[in-house]
This record gives sequence, structure tokens and C-alpha cells, in this order.
Amino acid sequence: MTIQTPNGFNLDNSGKRIVVDPVTRIEGHMRVEVNVDENNVIRNAVSTGTMWRGIEVILKNRDPRDAWAFTERICGVCTGTHALTSVRAVENALGITIPENANSIRNLMQLALQVHDHVVHFYHLHALDWVDVVSAISADPKATSALAQSVSDWPLSSPGYFKDIQGRLKKFVESGQLGPFKNGYWGNASYKLPPEANLMAVAHYLEALDFQKEIVKIHTIFGGKNPHPNWLVGGVPCPINVDGVGAVGAINMERLNLVTSIIDQLIEFNDKVYVPDIMAIGSFYKDWLYGGGLSGKNVLAYGDVPEHANDYSEASLKLPRGAIINGNLNEVFPVDLADPEQIQEYVTHSWYKYPDESKGLHPWDGVTEPHYELGPNAKGTKTNIEELDEGGKYSWIKAPRWRGNAMEVGPLARWVVGFAQNKPEFKEPVQKVLTDLGLPTSALFSTLGRTAARALESQWAGYQMRHFQNKLIANIKNGDSATAFVDKWKPETWPKEVKGVGFTEAPRGALAHWIKIKDGKIDNYQCVVPTTWNGSPRDPSGNIGAFEASLMDTPMSDPSQPLEILRTIHSFDPCLACSTHVMSPDGQEMAKVQVR
Amino acid sequence: MKAGKPNILVLGIGNILWADEGFGVRAVEAFHRAYKVGDNVTILDGGTQGLYLVQYVRDADYLLVFDAIDYGLVPGTLKLVSDEEVPKFTGAKKMSLHQTGFQEVLSAADLMGGYPEKLALIGCQPVDLEDWGGPVTAPVRAVIPQAIDMAVDLLRNWGADVSRRPAGEAVPPLLENDIDFERYERRRETAALVS
Repeated sequence: MTIQTPNGFNLDNSGKRIVVDPVTRIEGHMRVEVNVDENNVIRNAVSTGTMWRGIEVILKNRDPRDAWAFTERICGVCTGTHALTSVRAVENALGITIPENANSIRNLMQLALQVHDHVVHFYHLHALDWVDVVSAISADPKATSALAQSVSDWPLSSPGYFKDIQGRLKKFVESGQLGPFKNGYWGNASYKLPPEANLMAVAHYLEALDFQKEIVKIHTIFGGKNPHPNWLVGGVPCPINVDGVGAVGAINMERLNLVTSIIDQLIEFNDKVYVPDIMAIGSFYKDWLYGGGLSGKNVLAYGDVPEHANDYSEASLKLPRGAIINGNLNEVFPVDLADPEQIQEYVTHSWYKYPDESKGLHPWDGVTEPHYELGPNAKGTKTNIEELDEGGKYSWIKAPRWRGNAMEVGPLARWVVGFAQNKPEFKEPVQKVLTDLGLPTSALFSTLGRTAARALESQWAGYQMRHFQNKLIANIKNGDSATAFVDKWKPETWPKEVKGVGFTEAPRGALAHWIKIKDGKIDNYQCVVPTTWNGSPRDPSGNIGAFEASLMDTPMSDPSQPLEILRTIHSFDPCLACSTHVMSPDGQEMAKVQVR
Repeated sequence: MKAGKPNILVLGIGNILWADEGFGVRAVEAFHRAYKVGDNVTILDGGTQGLYLVQYVRDADYLLVFDAIDYGLVPGTLKLVSDEEVPKFTGAKKMSLHQTGFQEVLSAADLMGGYPEKLALIGCQPVDLEDWGGPVTAPVRAVIPQAIDMAVDLLRNWGADVSRRPAGEAVPPLLENDIDFERYERRRETAALVS
């Protein structure tokens, strides 16, 4: 039986059910179940996650000025983004402003995190969904060199260089351990790159892994340490003393020059490696335009990177803000995170309890009361679920909706909003990619589009970093060395009861924290993270979430090797298993694929 | 290794927000509070940084890791694993970057060059990994002092300079802003963390 969802997808769960489950009790927190028809095309998709929950319990009655340090621990990759969102929420609640220098430094930290996350995500997680590592062993290093030189003038491109990389890789594979490459479905028919392109990508995998350590030095310089840099309500924690020599912690010219040089390097890496790789790899996959899901229908961006300190208006934000509904790019709706009618979270299909589950709750009034029960048609037991019942409750992720609509967030959503707003800095690069690949605009709404948007954003972010670095240096040279305002630091200066919201664009999408402060302590704290949007389950009206929508109608070449599912889910840079890395004694296969 | 002393990294990994997942970070924090180390020893709260830790691993000649491990042992059991025993491989089909196992970080260090010469893991079998916002459970908390003793012995075997801090010495904290061990759990008995 086929059911049409209000957001326009035809669900049919009568075919063979495939469970892709990296979820054991301790490793991995995401699971996908799909039904395929007789041609192995996905006709129903169910995504479930064990999201972190109860941050409000941890934060209740804490000092709001410390909340960033807790939220920085939510996720191993979004650390700084959560911290920034948190200090913004507190500042918004208490009416605290920050100096221009702090705004520039925060933008530099946030943009560095964007570039770092995008580069690492693409090369070290997602590329292996497109690149067959084992095939690289049979590449001709000379032909690889010719290919590399045809796509970019990046200097590391000699036949000898690729021969050396190939030798190291070969030794690794022959030792019986594929190491970081153990997880691929090598040889699957869905891999389309010739061996030379695969070898070039493996070389860049290693270069990116080596280079990423330079990018995070920016966090060490401005945040005092890394991992887990420091943040501050009212500004940034690093004093500026340009004439200082070796002063511990203070920003001097030597450190600023190091930041400038790292920015130059990352711009070059984006321009000469990351973006050309996306184009080269994309050219072999341009017939594989599945995975669009909600991206061509409903997208949401909160915006980020304010040009001016304390100005979070649409005009000041360099990453766009807005919502698009039903694919109508001619109308971008304004978004207000403080409006109780706009963002609401539902739990009809989530393992929580509300007094009235037909209604959603705005995060300021959010309730997080766990209620774990399986639907009547689920198979297995509560501790060993064989098959979920999507008709009942089936996920630890709540279902956030914008004016009742399921939304996709992330780099593609941001770029679609910027594109629809006719902003040249977003529209022109997108049009160039499409023209160079010979693809229509509709091709943007795909797994490939999501992956390309991330690369374009990394490139954009590098140039924005240069802008804010220049702005910071000019401002300091003009005699302004303020990095924090502390006039409202003491809780005695605060109103008895206030509320606020802070937002950012995390690498993987729109992120906001809502806070209520009472008598100087946190009274309620709710985070809606990007993967809550993208990984959301169904809602009371039956709208499916972004992950679910993205899998619909995708043909699988071999259901026992769900490469297509992983490729599309990975393209969202999901953020679910934010914490686990527990070792098992024998490196046992923790993921399983069941075809029923 | 440069001439002279080896670079030694003492690394705690895990998520402090998730009950016994916090073992590694809490152990390294308690070690830092109780012991002073030589200049060639770095103490690092690695959190859940995954692959991002690769450069720290490559820079280390000797590496000691505290982490929660699942060996199916009695909860709260400590296990010392050395050198090639420390698993170099991982089996999970990754759905998220954060699932990067530490084995994978080691493999990446190996592939890039810079695998530590000596390697040890002090692991602890967790009771509960799923209690978000929950503290480290009592059986796991109880063995942190022993874990520290194991680390001290091991580091001294490696020739590292490790000395007990005098009582009452002011120590720059490894974790601040209310997420340190006692304040996070809102406990008062700080002394319970070291034997």
C-alpha cells in the first residue's frame, strides 16, 4: 500500500526490509531501515537515532557563564560552534554586547572550524563513499600525475610522489590491515572512478590529514588551547598586546602573522585541492543525482558570521538566513527563532512524552521526558530491536518543524537560500559548478549537490577569514585592543528572570540554544542541533524527515552492501554518535546489514 | 625521537557528559591533579576528538591512553594493554565522524608515519554508557586511584619523571568552568579520587 506524505513522498513498506544498523548498545547511534521494491529501489525509509538528551538536566541551576564549557562537550567536532552558540544565547538573554575585535575573532574561530570540519569530513569520511581505495593500487602513477596536473597546479603532483603514496598504500593493504580504509565496500559496482582518480584522492586524503593540524592552530591561538578552546560571555578570552613579546596568552603581531599565514595556506588548499577534487570526482558521478530529498523543497538557515559586532540582522549576516517552502525559490521567508509559532518540536514518533503530543513545543517551553516504547508492529524486543515500527515511536531524536514543515539544514540549505536571494557570492560559484559539469540547476538538489556545496562553502569561508583577519589587524592598528566587555559580568547586575536564544551555522547546519535564566542560574536550556532537523523522525501530520526523504527512490546496486544509503546519509555530515569510541577486543564488525 | 628524552603523551579520551564514557578524561584529570611530570611528558584531555588527535599521537614517542573499553569484563575492571596488543583496527561501518575509533587514529598515524614506539592503554570496563548527564558510576570511580597507580608505574618504567604533588599544592586545572570532576557531579569529597 502506498501512502503519500504531506511533504510529497510516496511511501510503500510492502517490499523487502533492509536494516543498516551500526547501532550496538555502545558503538554508533544511528540506524536506517528501508523497504526496497523488486528492482531494489528504496520505497520507504526510516531513520532513527540515539541523540544526546538531558543537557537541560546537567545545566539546570548552573552558572550561565559556564554553559559553553558543557555544550562544548556535546560533540567532538562541533565543540567551538556549540560554545559560540551558548555564549550568544546568554548574551542575548542578558543584553550583553561584545567589542568589534571579539566579533572578528569569533568569526575567525567559527570559519576555521567550518573549513576544518568540511575538509576532514570530505576527505576522511565521505570521500571513501566515492573513492575506491583498493583500486588505487592498480593506478599508473604517471597517468595519475597527468590527471592531477590537468585539474590543478598544486605542486604535489609528480609521478614519483604518487608512486611513493601508492607504495605506502600497497604495503598497508598487503599487511592485511586496511586501517582507516577498512570500512569500504571496495569493488562495489557503484564506484565509478578510474584507478588514477582513486590514487589522486588517496594522496589528498593523506595531505588533508596532515594539513588539518595547521587549521586548528587558529583555535589554539585565539582560544588559548586545543582541543577544547576557551570562550567567554561578553567577548573572547584572549587579551591583545601587539607589542608584547612572548606574553603568555596575549595576541601579539607574531601570532597574528601566524594566523594570516594559515589562512593563506587554507585558501590555497581549497582552491587547488578540495574544490578541483570535487569537480574531478563529480564529473564521474554526474549521472548519480539521487539523494535530493527535502533540499529541493524545504530548506532552512539561521544565518551566521555577523559583519558588525552585536548586529544579528539579516543584513549583517554573511551566511544567509531564511526558509524556503515547497521548492519556491522566488520567495525566501524570514526566520525568527524567538517566535513561538515558528520552530516547534514534536514527539509523536520520538521516545519522549508530552502532555498533548498532537502539538509541538517551542524550545523555550521545551520538555524532555523520556518515554521508551516500541510501536505495535515492531519486531524483536526493547533491548534487541529487529525491525522498528515507524507507525509508533521510533527515535530518540525529536521532530523539529518550521511552521509545521520538515526542513533540511546544512551547507546545501545555506547555499540554496543564498542562491534564491540572488546573492552573487553564492549564486555564481554554484552556476559555475553546474556549467562546468554540464548539469541543470535541478542537479543541485542531490547528494552530489550537498557534497559540492560543502566544498564551495569551505572555499568561501577561507576568503571570509582573510577579510576578518584584515579587519582585526586594522582595528588593532587604530588603537582598539578591547576583546571583552565585562560591565554585566556579575549576576547582581542581571534581571531576576530573562530568556534568550543564540544561533550559529554549524558546519552541518543551523544550530540554536534557548536559555531561561532565573535568579542568576540556568532555569531551562534546550538545544536544537542540525542533526535534530536532518535526522528527525515523522511528525503528527506524517511528514518524513530530511534523512528519510533523501533515501527515497534511490536504486541500490546490492542491498547487502548499502553503499548508496551510506553515501547519502554521510553527505549530511551527520552528528549522531557524538561520543563513543569504546574499543572492542577484536575489532569486531559492529555494523550489520540485514536483508529481510 | 629527538636526542635525549622521549616525548611522552598521557591522553584521556571519552565524553564526560555520558556517564562511564567519561572514565578516560576523569582519569587523566585526576592523574594531573595528583602527580607532577617532567617537561617531556604532555597531559592531554582528548575528549571525543577522534581523528583530530592524530597529530598528538604522531608527535609522541611513547603513548599512554586512558579509555573506557568493552571487553565484556565485570564493570569497573581495569585492564592494561601494551604495544601491539592495543588493537590497531576498527570494524564499525562509520555513520558519523565521531565514531572514529581510537584504533583508527593509530592506523592513520601508522600510515602517515609517526606511530609511537611504545604504547599502552589503561582501560576500564564501564557500567553505564547511556546515562546522558549521568556521572561516572561508583564502580568506575572507585578504580580511578588504581588506574593512576598503574599509570605511575608504567611511566616510571618508561623512564619518565613522575612525582607526587605535595598536599595542598595549587594545580592549574585541566578542566575548568564547572566541568571539573567534583563540580560537574556536585560532589564534595574530592579526596576520594586519589589513593
